[in-house]
Amino acid sequence: MRAALELARAELKVAVLSKVFPTRSHTVAAQGGIAAPLANSSEDNWHWHMYDTVKGSDYLGDQDAIEYMCRRANEVVVELEHMGMPFDRLENGKIYQRPFGGHTQEYGSAKMAMRACAAADRTGHAMLHTLYQQNVRTNTQFFVEWMALDIIRDPQDGAVLGVTALEMETGEVSIFQAKATLFATGGSGRIFYASTNAFINTGDGLGMVARAGLPLEDMEFYQFHPTGVYGAGVLITEGVRGEGGYLLNKDGERFMERYAPNAKDLASRDVVARAMTTEIKEGRGCGPQKDHVMLKLDHLGAEVINHRLPGIREIAIKFANADPIRDLVPVVPTVHYQMGGIPAKYTGNVVVPEGNNNESIVPGFYAVGECSCVSVHGANRLGTNSLLDLVVFGKASGEQVIKDARTMPGAHRTLPKDAGDYTRARLARLDSNAAGERVVDVLTDLRRAMQAHCGVFRFPDELTLGVQKIKTIAERAGRTFIKDKSKVFNTARVEALELDNLVETAMATIVSAEARKESRGAQARADFPERDDKNWMKHTLWYKEDNRLAYKPVHLKPMTVEAFEPKKRTY
Amino acid sequence: MEALALHRLKWKCRRGLLELDLVLNEFIEKRLEEKDLKELNELLEMEDNDLWEIVSGRSDRYDAGHGGIVARLRAV
Ligand SMILES: Cc1cc2nc3c(=O)[nH]c(=O)nc-3n(C[C@H](O)[C@H](O)[C@H](O)COP(=O)(O)OP(=O)(O)OC[C@H]3O[C@@H](n4cnc5c(N)ncnc54)[C@H](O)[C@@H]3O)c2cc1C
Repeated sequence: MRAALELARAELKVAVLSKVFPTRSHTVAAQGGIAAPLANSSEDNWHWHMYDTVKGSDYLGDQDAIEYMCRRANEVVVELEHMGMPFDRLENGKIYQRPFGGHTQEYGSAKMAMRACAAADRTGHAMLHTLYQQNVRTNTQFFVEWMALDIIRDPQDGAVLGVTALEMETGEVSIFQAKATLFATGGSGRIFYASTNAFINTGDGLGMVARAGLPLEDMEFYQFHPTGVYGAGVLITEGVRGEGGYLLNKDGERFMERYAPNAKDLASRDVVARAMTTEIKEGRGCGPQKDHVMLKLDHLGAEVINHRLPGIREIAIKFANADPIRDLVPVVPTVHYQMGGIPAKYTGNVVVPEGNNNESIVPGFYAVGECSCVSVHGANRLGTNSLLDLVVFGKASGEQVIKDARTMPGAHRTLPKDAGDYTRARLARLDSNAAGERVVDVLTDLRRAMQAHCGVFRFPDELTLGVQKIKTIAERAGRTFIKDKSKVFNTARVEALELDNLVETAMATIVSAEARKESRGAQARADFPERDDKNWMKHTLWYKEDNRLAYKPVHLKPMTVEAFEPKKRTY
Repeated sequence: MEALALHRLKWKCRRGLLELDLVLNEFIEKRLEEKDLKELNELLEMEDNDLWEIVSGRSDRYDAGHGGIVARLRAV
């Protein structure tokens, strides 16, 4: 919506397609805030923010893109404020800012930076509303409950000419022809069994890109949040540990004291998630399956739980059947955020290798947000940097589309004769198959296999077996069938189409993870526990065809400042 | 129950918050009755965060007419 706004303001004709009403996108779930070095609450500047982001990425982030994001952070956040986003304020009227994990002062010193701007516990919600209202004002045309299915490319030069899309209301497929097609389709956390993501996060953009013969970048890197409610996935915020909550194993031991003697339960997300997994793996997990650990809060008292941690008690009671005022809450490391995605530049342009050029622009195609890999998050994202990524690159790609549009001829290119056939064939199969695999069975097996074989810790034999399993599951996904052949708002049909996207995403993830023989950021391999900059400081590119992998170098050179040399990432 | 009405309702239960997905899905699969349709449809017009506060019992800011469906959702 940030990109659409830029285009609509320039009086270009913009159509925004969304599977659900735009303000019900998964961004509503973001509570923590959006990062910007405004220096309202503590000394800060974009250099420090850049350093934290590069280090957080475990040196896999592209330093030019990171510089770009951090330099434009203040501008886009102030713009949101001017559009009416209700940020929390200081007494002097400036935007209130608070600390957040991984954000520091003076290049990683022990002093935390106050960099997160929030609108109470509804930052994402407020951002979506602000941008939606601005778009309504500028007459952006919304196509709500339209699901994009496949990309249409020009066979001559691979340019993207638009998409096919399903209108839920009628069940019919139409072609959207466009001079510029921009994907902001969000994450794909639903490929894992334990996920904090809403059902809608099925990696549709990634599936479409893979089917169109384009690569996906760094898909092995998924961030796990330490405290998802066991069984349900619902997130319990870091704030709980910030207030003094801590984790226990089956012996009632506060095990984080062993893994991170200083930071303990407040160590960074990946450290805590790995410690929890080790406890479970070594038989010290809780419950009959010994497959989770416990979060202890009762010592904080009802007052703190009810007032400083709003909503946590309700979540624990509803999804874990545990009242945190008295009971321990069962939690597991839960998939939260996808660092990889559609390879894009900081201008939003999708880039792929061609000949000697690792980053040749795909004409007419742009990607922004969690579905893209710019790559500012590298192997590990810092909290509050994702919302920032959406607005900085949303704006930047809007600007780029306007620039690119100036050099385009007035008329649309002609569509290839077979445009839309591929999509129609996919639907025809679903509409005609009288028997086959049930979507929900294939989906459940997929999510379980990813959880078991490609989780927090990755073991070589598990990964190899996992790749085989996902291949079998992919074949089964090709034989799915739906009983209900009706067209209008047929959710079963939609779920079958989403499954295809989840399968591509899962395959990209596990194949890339198996091939990367090192541990970096969110990828932790039992057999290669160290980061290997000599051999692996490079981005993975996965292609659907034959599960082919290619690699491209990380951009180590920022735009204007000196590069940050790789160091060991310790907190 | 009319299939089309159910289909529409199901899609409207796809939300931005996992909390709501889980509760609404469970409700639709196991507890939904014909009489819920109208009220539930109206309730689903709310924003995700407002709706979740109501369903989780943290807020009572809903239309008097929706008391029935709210109570049923809270019981899930
Ligand atoms: C619980 C939780 C809390 C978080 N908190 C924070 C935080 O505090 N700060 C932070 O920076 N980040 C946070 N994150 C991460 C951040 O919220 C997400 O990365 C970000 O919101 C993703 O935004 P997006 O615009 O890329 O995708 P989304 O908001 O998921 O939007 C995707 C859009 O694409 C549409 N779409 C998808 N597929 C199709 C299709 N096939 N056809 C048509 N439309 C389609 C959807 O309808 C939707 O409108 C959090 C994540 C979670 C899960």
